[in-house]
Amino acid sequence: MPAPADRPPAAPILSVRDLRTWFLTDAGPVRAVDGVSFDVHPGETLGIVGESGSGKSVCAKSIMRLLDAPARIVGGAIHFRGRDLARLDEEAIRAVRGREIAMVFQDPMTSLNPVLRIARQLVEAMTAHGRFTPAAARTRAIDLLRRMGVAAPERAVGSYPHQYSGGMRQRVMLAMGFSNEPALLIADEPTTALDVTIQAQILDLLRGLNRDMGTAVILISHDLGVIANVCSRVLVMYAGEVVEEGAPEDLLTDPRHPYTWALLHAAPRIDAEAEDRRLVTIEGQPPDPRTWPEGCRFRARCPFAVDKCAEHPQLLPAGEGRATRCWVTQAGGALHTPARPAPLPAVPRPEAAPGPLLQVTGLQKHFVLPNDGYFGQPRVLRAVDDVDLTVSRGETVGLVGESGCGKSTLARLVTRLHQPTAGRIVFDGTDIGSATQAQIRPLRRRMQMIFQDPYASLNPRDRVGEILAGPLRLHGIVDGEAAARQRVAELLDLVGLPVQSARRFPHEFSGGQRQRISIARALSVGPDFVVADEPVSALDVNIQAQIINLMVDLQERLGLTYLFIAHDLAVVRHVCDRIVVLYLGRVMEVGRAADLFARPQHPYTRTLISAAPVPDPRIERTRRHVPMLGEPPSPLNPPSGCRFRTRCPIAEARCAAEVPPLQDIGGGQFAACHFPGKF
Amino acid sequence: MSGVVLPAIASPRQRWLRRYGLASLGAAIILAWALLAIFAPWVSPFDANFVDVANRLKPPSWVHWMGTDALGRDVASRVIHGARVSLAVGFVVVAIGGLFGTLLGAIAAYARGWVEEALMRLTDLVFCFPPIILAMAIAAALGIGTVNTVIAMLVVWWPKFARLARSLVITQRSMEYVEAAQSVGFGPAHILVRQILPNAVGPLVVLLTLDVGNAILVFAGLSFLGLGVVPPTAEWGAMVAEGRELVQQWWVATFPGLAILTVVMGFNFMGDGFRDWLDPHARTR
Repeated sequence: MPAPADRPPAAPILSVRDLRTWFLTDAGPVRAVDGVSFDVHPGETLGIVGESGSGKSVCAKSIMRLLDAPARIVGGAIHFRGRDLARLDEEAIRAVRGREIAMVFQDPMTSLNPVLRIARQLVEAMTAHGRFTPAAARTRAIDLLRRMGVAAPERAVGSYPHQYSGGMRQRVMLAMGFSNEPALLIADEPTTALDVTIQAQILDLLRGLNRDMGTAVILISHDLGVIANVCSRVLVMYAGEVVEEGAPEDLLTDPRHPYTWALLHAAPRIDAEAEDRRLVTIEGQPPDPRTWPEGCRFRARCPFAVDKCAEHPQLLPAGEGRATRCWVTQAGGALHTPARPAPLPAVPRPEAAPGPLLQVTGLQKHFVLPNDGYFGQPRVLRAVDDVDLTVSRGETVGLVGESGCGKSTLARLVTRLHQPTAGRIVFDGTDIGSATQAQIRPLRRRMQMIFQDPYASLNPRDRVGEILAGPLRLHGIVDGEAAARQRVAELLDLVGLPVQSARRFPHEFSGGQRQRISIARALSVGPDFVVADEPVSALDVNIQAQIINLMVDLQERLGLTYLFIAHDLAVVRHVCDRIVVLYLGRVMEVGRAADLFARPQHPYTRTLISAAPVPDPRIERTRRHVPMLGEPPSPLNPPSGCRFRTRCPIAEARCAAEVPPLQDIGGGQFAACHFPGKF
Repeated sequence: MSGVVLPAIASPRQRWLRRYGLASLGAAIILAWALLAIFAPWVSPFDANFVDVANRLKPPSWVHWMGTDALGRDVASRVIHGARVSLAVGFVVVAIGGLFGTLLGAIAAYARGWVEEALMRLTDLVFCFPPIILAMAIAAALGIGTVNTVIAMLVVWWPKFARLARSLVITQRSMEYVEAAQSVGFGPAHILVRQILPNAVGPLVVLLTLDVGNAILVFAGLSFLGLGVVPPTAEWGAMVAEGRELVQQWWVATFPGLAILTVVMGFNFMGDGFRDWLDPHARTR
């Protein structure tokens, strides 16, 4: 419980009451935000969590009145410093935007104007409200950028946004947000597009700004870990309503709404020892916002539902500083610790033949980029540089690293979608490193891929039946159309989709269902090796848990071998037997999942693990945080010697001179560091 | 919902009219002209080439409801017969030019490397000349006649489809479903024809539709300059040219002009309708 002294004493600066923002479409109103009430006190950090479609972003945009037709505030009030923002005219709301309430968006790549210099954008943001002269604004812009942790801000203000990385742009966005000293900053998923180490830096910055400047912050995120790290109070949204409110210490350790409970248990934890790889999931999909169900909106998916839930519950206090919209917990009921879904009866796995299924040695992929200027040297991007990798039959090997580390390129090399520059790829005894596409085609039956983006990986013009039957026909797996239909039905059943799905088009399915289709397509030809490139990173946490469970089930039933690529360490730790850590195209560390997380030997692994947030403020406080220095260097011009040395806290002169070999630490763990385990 | 006042929701009929009203009007115009063209010998009141010098330059009347031209030919019949040439030329030029350009552009985009360079530089070469002037030059070199003019137009027509198709295929080929098809083991021809092109076809259909009107206009322009049809074939551009000097006898040039206007407008409405229909943002409204 937060001590009374922590409580903001003053009246709330923002007070949202029964806000209803609907999308008035021709097909009827979409009730995206449907009766939301909350307060924000001066200097407070309020977190809003929920899955996509829960209304959290629309809620934020309503406060700023950044709604485009057909969205409209149809009811309720937004009281802010004595005004009702919901009823201000356009001119009056413009005076509030940026000056009194600022907003930072998710995508730092598109929220800055690409044709204007940073300085100009910052100066315009400040002079627009008439508080600064252009000269004063420029000086202030430089000061702000320095405060935001931008190196050499005098030079940086003269740059264009494209010269900046995503993390740096988000710092610029924060500088812009804070430039007029607003009373409230709304950050909508500000770190979702960033790597975990950069995310940790930005969250750190946000915490510091809130502390030093006293600006209230509303932080919107789908990630409970991020929220737990920054916020003093949390709202959980589901189906356009607030379903639970409370301090993160309480809410994340003892949830009082089954949806919060489900969110918390569906996310794999980086700090948990998992005996079973299945995660706790809740059934079904979020309801349709055109026709919210009568009664409790979570009822259809709730494992605790009782008869009373047919009535719509109100958000009522449940203990000090807490409120919940649930009949069960309001009546004093408890939400039990989940029973994990029972593992399938131990299927006698086909005894894995000894020896590796995939053996990669000295693999390189260099992309030659166009010359930098007419007389410039051709630039070479070493996406994958001298990588060794072994995948044994029946195991799951995880490939982690930040964006640009070459993990997706590596996936496309081992499946030979790309042609390697050098190195051997031996798949089940056959070297496919230099084979032609025609030579590889027969092997494609055994080696398949699952892709990241469920919206792009299925051909929108093909029916699902055709998507699944095409590979069968290509490889001559089935005889005739009837057999193909039969096999398609089996595949759909295998991934938990109804047989009728075959006649529908991909756009009729949700992201999670599409990922199931993508998995079915990969399995259609009966592979034994599946490369999954970020298969769950585009999905909401509950859907992510369902897909992970499906992949684990399929592995047990079909004896699959996985190469699992992800940037989310918790997911990788949960799913994988062994983990390979990549940095700038090189392997930094290899080891069994449990060992690697318990005793990381490479400083990079160590910092990565410490940067990943844990959705529990109490644990978060006891964890040792290792700040990751700076930004990853460009793979066009990697540092000499050890590639990590520029960001390494223990780097010495030797690290710049010698490339550390991947050396055996013992226990199947390898690290490419001159001083393994020293850090 | 208590206290919430919603604006009236458009009825399905209103919504349909708002979205497809103009497109349907365009389609109706085109259909009407197509029927007139097909049944021209039966629906036109006179023989299009029947010369009646005694009745020359008569204003519109109940007998000649668009009047008669300098040779006493019935303007209405000639306008109806003119639809045959114009529509046929429009469709043929766009169909052949569109198909050829699309294939070339798609192959360039998918093959990359020197194939792309060669094909796209050829495209640029054609783009270097003003299209009408180039078509005029080719038509003049080949000799006057409908077929020769169509050939001349085809030469200048395909490059824009090649460019559009190339950019569409380049966008699609980086999509994950293309990689998925590769990793399943499909070959390049299958991927280009069966996977990529169906997804690239939308904007091409829009351009094709808008372009039929454009082709009719260019052909009429060439005919107006005396490069299109061989007299006395009835053709709108040529008819406008014949009426050009006859300021007092306005009907000689006005009615074929109106025919060109309505056909081109019809195709534009239809093209806009296709574009709205294919644009997912417009669809949700």
